Amino acid sequence: MNWQIHLPALALAVPLLGAFVSPVAGLGGRLTRNAWMVLVSMATTAICILLWQRVVAGGTVVYVMGAEAWNITLPSGLSWPIRIILEVDAFSAFMVVVGSIAALAGAFFSLRFMDKFTGLEKFSALFFLLVTGMLGMQLTGDLFNFFVFLEIASVASFGLIAFWRDRPEAVEASFKYMVVSTISAMFVLIAVGFFYGRYNAVNIAAVARMLHMGYAEKIALVFIVVSLAMKCGAVPMHMWTPDAYAEAPAGVTCLLVAVSQASLYGLFRVCFSLYGASLGSTVVPWTIIVMGVLSMFIGVTMAVIQKEMKRLMAYHSVSQIGYILMALGVGLLSLKDPQAMADYGFTAMKGGIFHIINYTMYKGLLFLTAGAVFYSAGTRNLNELGGLARVMPLTTFMFAIAAAAIAGLPPFNGFVSKLLIYQSTFAVYPLLAVAALVTSVLTLASFVKVFQTAFLGPAKKTFEKVTEVPASMLLGMSVLTIVIVALTLFPGWTLSHLVEPAAKALVDQAGYISAVMGGGL
Amino acid sequence: MTGNAPFLVVGIIFFLGMYAILFERNLIKIAIGITLLEASANLLLIVLGYRTGGSIPVYTLAGGTRTMVLPTPQALTLTAIVIGLATSALLLSLIILLYRHYGTLDVREIRRLRG
Repeated sequence: MNWQIHLPALALAVPLLGAFVSPVAGLGGRLTRNAWMVLVSMATTAICILLWQRVVAGGTVVYVMGAEAWNITLPSGLSWPIRIILEVDAFSAFMVVVGSIAALAGAFFSLRFMDKFTGLEKFSALFFLLVTGMLGMQLTGDLFNFFVFLEIASVASFGLIAFWRDRPEAVEASFKYMVVSTISAMFVLIAVGFFYGRYNAVNIAAVARMLHMGYAEKIALVFIVVSLAMKCGAVPMHMWTPDAYAEAPAGVTCLLVAVSQASLYGLFRVCFSLYGASLGSTVVPWTIIVMGVLSMFIGVTMAVIQKEMKRLMAYHSVSQIGYILMALGVGLLSLKDPQAMADYGFTAMKGGIFHIINYTMYKGLLFLTAGAVFYSAGTRNLNELGGLARVMPLTTFMFAIAAAAIAGLPPFNGFVSKLLIYQSTFAVYPLLAVAALVTSVLTLASFVKVFQTAFLGPAKKTFEKVTEVPASMLLGMSVLTIVIVALTLFPGWTLSHLVEPAAKALVDQAGYISAVMGGGL
Repeated sequence: MTGNAPFLVVGIIFFLGMYAILFERNLIKIAIGITLLEASANLLLIVLGYRTGGSIPVYTLAGGTRTMVLPTPQALTLTAIVIGLATSALLLSLIILLYRHYGTLDVREIRRLRG
């Protein structure tokens, strides 16, 4: 039997094993623990890339846990869709590849970054639990399992954000994040309850096939949109983002960025694959678009005035999430109308999905460089930093690449996805494109500020002894740099091989349903 | 009318929990609000899982097309309770840490992070 059919389960089992063996590996000393961390993250990334290849070559993969069929049939002929399934279409496969690369970079970076602290075997256990939760959210084809993985990811990230528990700020940030994400998880659970009450099923494909818009479905949709927008940090509910991102250790922040994408994934999986064309009115798409515009603008204006490096970058992630929300909201708006879809909707979705990978890569890299600066110089305050380009040339170089990419300077990958978003949103409502452009300019302004104050300028006396960070941290950063450069050099290949299949899979609701339920639509 | 009473209870517990989270100033009371929210979600799952006049779906004895009460929501609720327990334990331990650092449980005084 071909072992590759078990790839979806392996993508969850390997990091889970990694998490629970970590304390044991920690008994063998630092070297064993680090080797285990590297081994597991590389294996996870390899599995995710293989899974992606398999999905691109052979179409949607459905994996049933511990059984042959997606439903259970009684001798009397009754059957229920109650098996636990994993469903991997091109969009999920794309998301797991993005997430696992970010996890790999975070793991490499954390090897030395966390060196000064104790309890590291617990750190790596939580780290891999967070990876499992993230991948699980993206792979599952079952609403209740989505909730379970959401909780796994949340609980692991509470522990990681509060890892430096002697810092009051870290505990405070973790508590804030905990309140927000527990509420949102409960909202998801309530929505799952509504779906079960109506359709006797929690399987996404089974519910989607039977879905008729009624009051219960509308209530469930409101709960899901609110809670997942809260989890990915869109504007009215963004207050946890800067705190949590700034206080978590840098390697973890890089992963948290990818985890927030998993919530975004859930939001769009529900909107496109579960509701699809039966969304009816334009209220939900416009809500998402308006949230996106607000996130972009408020996030970036808050970022410009920040004095702390990681907090500034965290506000930028609010504004970058806004781009993705706006683009996919436009795609959702044009879902019912094939003409609009061909004219601008599909371009918007390509832009949004391309922006997901771009955002995760350059934002992760920016947080890692901020961590590197903190590791070497001992401070993140922009008023104290200066002249670091003289002592940390490699970090400076990678920061410059990431900053150029996030600001959307022309040759870089950020420019390609932003251009697609500008083009398509302009067709819907010109003001959207204007807001996106203004945000882009402000992003550039604030990163010029960071670059100028932290890295340029005369060498400061206090930073004379500062040296470049250790090789493993540089390795973690260069993983992301290489991906950014590759995306920059081959935007055509990326668009046609990575992004387009994902966008098509998201639009194709019937394909998602029939992959599980068979052709009987 | 009495059939809707469980939903009414779910609604009351839900709003009590939301009220506590949004308007209380003591961290412990916020934690209680979160557990109330969890309780209402669990109760909702159980209530929605029941089918009036349904029987137990035993594998061999299941008849033709009679209504049945599947054990799925009960299983879901058990999972959710376990998760809720873990979250509450972590929540309370973070509150202990916050109390050690700040010497207070008042949310208005625990705000070193802003701007």
